[in-house]
Amino acid sequence: MSEGALLIVDRLSAGYDRPVVGPISFSLYRGDIVAVQGPNGAGKTTLLNAIAGGARIFAGSVTRPAGVRVAHQQQAALPLDNVPLSGLELLALTDADAQGLPDWIKPLVSRRLDRLSGGQLQFMQIWACLKAPVDIVLLDEPVNNLDSAGARFLASQIREMRSTRAILVVSHDAEFIGNISTRTLHLGS
Amino acid sequence: MNILHLFDPIFRLPLVTGLIFAALLPVLGMYLRLREEWLAALAFAQLAAAGSLGGEILGLPPQAGALACTCVAAAFKGWIAKTGNNGYAVLMIAGWAAAILVLANVPIAEHLGHALFDGQLYFTTVTHLVFGVAFFLVVAGTLPWLSRKLLLERMFPDFFRASGTSAKKYHVVFDLLVAAGLALATATIGVMGAFGLVFVPSMIAYRLGPSWSGSLWIAVAIGLLAYAASFVLAFVIDQPFGPVLVIVLVALAMFGYLLQAVSSRKQRKSAGIAAGAVSGER
Repeated sequence: MSEGALLIVDRLSAGYDRPVVGPISFSLYRGDIVAVQGPNGAGKTTLLNAIAGGARIFAGSVTRPAGVRVAHQQQAALPLDNVPLSGLELLALTDADAQGLPDWIKPLVSRRLDRLSGGQLQFMQIWACLKAPVDIVLLDEPVNNLDSAGARFLASQIREMRSTRAILVVSHDAEFIGNISTRTLHLGS
Repeated sequence: MNILHLFDPIFRLPLVTGLIFAALLPVLGMYLRLREEWLAALAFAQLAAAGSLGGEILGLPPQAGALACTCVAAAFKGWIAKTGNNGYAVLMIAGWAAAILVLANVPIAEHLGHALFDGQLYFTTVTHLVFGVAFFLVVAGTLPWLSRKLLLERMFPDFFRASGTSAKKYHVVFDLLVAAGLALATATIGVMGAFGLVFVPSMIAYRLGPSWSGSLWIAVAIGLLAYAASFVLAFVIDQPFGPVLVIVLVALAMFGYLLQAVSSRKQRKSAGIAAGAVSGER
């Protein structure tokens, strides 16, 4: 394994019924903020799913040293279905620290998640993954439902977290990606 | 019937035993609802009834037969690793059929059969209480640890998979808890009483609770209230306990809906006033 790598993706070809992405190779190190870019259908989400164990690996491999923990913020909203969970309880599930939450969401953390707006809910979902005590964070379209202030705040938090973990982020928002990424991974169509 | 008879030692045993299950079953109901597997309660209750009757035929305590039957079913369900209500629906009708066939063909099981299906908890013995206390201790020791795993797996299904672990063992432990709880509760308060205590308090708490922990307390409070009220009511009007408990639970469910409707209406009204004030300012 490459010295100090948290994740090694080697000639990975992954998908569901058939390969959707790859073959692709790259490594992730602590401090990396890697933007995954490509047109729709290029397999950006599938790549994150394959790393998280949610997609089928047809060829190649995904390797992590033992004990490396991963948090995965999926593009889909949390499967709440009226589960009466509060924001604070959600953060406690992943051991995410509630300190540092922006002022506009602090008063809402005790509220049930199914009573938050789409953007507020997505922010809590991202925070629960980003602030969890893990080594790798996978973010899939994290700013989709956020307003510009929310996106700017998230970008600053991601940059702050950089020294403690590796972050792989899929986003179509060029400004957001430009603000945070240390390198870019391009997937073909 | 003289209400003072309620304080007779003979009624204390069923009251205390039933209260233990009235507090525990709604909590199990909350987690079953979380997994969208509330039908499990009815399946295990029916299997527990069949197991109790089978145990009676074999000369075993009803609790032993019920526990054996439901735990085998839970282990089988865990082994085939299928989630959802389909498997439980099959177990439910199988348990019902087995129980009815035993009742129809084995006269010695008739007395116990009536207790199970009518919910006549006045046949409660010290053995029921001992099993109830033991189960309470098991739940108190297990659920705080299990709760986070079940919630985490529901909210972030990738969390375990992404870290190379599996949540399956937590589900199997929970299945066994539910199986044991329903087996013991069914042997104490009957099939529909046990199912009602799993289903209704959690349904109300899901709608009205401010948070997960708040909803757990609401569910427990509803379970205890329904049980105590039904116990007194069944005694006073001299009716079988099971149906009275179910009617009280249904009444509480309707009250819960009403409460939520009023609260939603108030919220909509205040939101409308606030919106009006904002547009007026402009």
